[in-house]
Amino acid sequence: MCTYNTEKIEITGSGKGAQGWFSLTDATVYFDHPVHAMAEHTLNIDFRNPGKGPAARVAVELTAESARALAAAIEAALAAVPAALVA
Amino acid sequence: MREDLTATTITIAGAGDDAVEAYLAVPEDGATSRGGVVVIHHMPGYDASTKEIVRKFAAHGYAALMPNLYYREAPGASPDDAAAVARANGGVPDDRLVGDVNAAAEYLRALAGSNGKIGVIGYCSGGRQSFLAACSLQLDAAVDCYGACIVNPPPEGMPLKVTPIVGLAKDLSCPLLGLFGADDKYPAPDETAELSKVLDDLGKPHDFHTYDGAGHAFFSVDRTAYRPEAATDGWQKVWDFYGRYLAS
Repeated sequence: MCTYNTEKIEITGSGKGAQGWFSLTDATVYFDHPVHAMAEHTLNIDFRNPGKGPAARVAVELTAESARALAAAIEAALAAVPAALVA
Repeated sequence: MREDLTATTITIAGAGDDAVEAYLAVPEDGATSRGGVVVIHHMPGYDASTKEIVRKFAAHGYAALMPNLYYREAPGASPDDAAAVARANGGVPDDRLVGDVNAAAEYLRALAGSNGKIGVIGYCSGGRQSFLAACSLQLDAAVDCYGACIVNPPPEGMPLKVTPIVGLAKDLSCPLLGLFGADDKYPAPDETAELSKVLDDLGKPHDFHTYDGAGHAFFSVDRTAYRPEAATDGWQKVWDFYGRYLAS
């Protein structure tokens, strides 16, 4: 199935795409068919900067298990540093 | 069947007279009277696998044309980047889709050897758009491959700006072939059954098939969703259907 559901957030940071590093302004997160991963559905994240064109995108397609592990790892990494650093 | 063909990228004047990239495949079979097919790509975009479908129609004797529905937002972008932009923007506006399909149909009708008959086929989001086009334009045969959001609204919270269009069914201009997967959730079998009932009540000719063991995108040969039995039977139904309604 196409789930269609999409979470869209504004972000600040940088990503490295086909043309090198660029500033990131948006991320879309959705569970749907992947373009490349060999799974029926994957958790897909597009890190984007629409102002720099469609190719200003870093894309990942993760199995649900991998995506949950990544989310936990992100939280763990943030929790492991002094709060003042990540305030 | 020799399956000789020519395929090339062209530019057509789409909705609003916008320049729209399109992929054209024409049989090299010497036929002097043939039907045309407008191919509407799936939500992942104007990609290599859908271009292969365009060529498949030409190999079977139809002139086929697929407009790049995401061209305006992402000219020259790779299909996956363009699809990401389209998703973030909420999809393709319905009126623009109709204009682009109309332009593609007109282009095919004007080709040498055209018999003037035009079919449309769409996959995934293109399935809904195939139905939309057939309710908005004068066409000769339409195929809906697992198109959702025709009867039911999109799930809450999704950014797609599409609305149910079952109310247009009274204007359906041609027979409709529907090919669906029993395991699909969008559209689920109850949604396609409801559409079939509406068409029955309106006396609109249609032929729906729902394949057991298949879900969404079962025609996609490069995805794990591919189901060869359903896809092979589905293709045969497409050839039979177009053979009946697009022949001279």
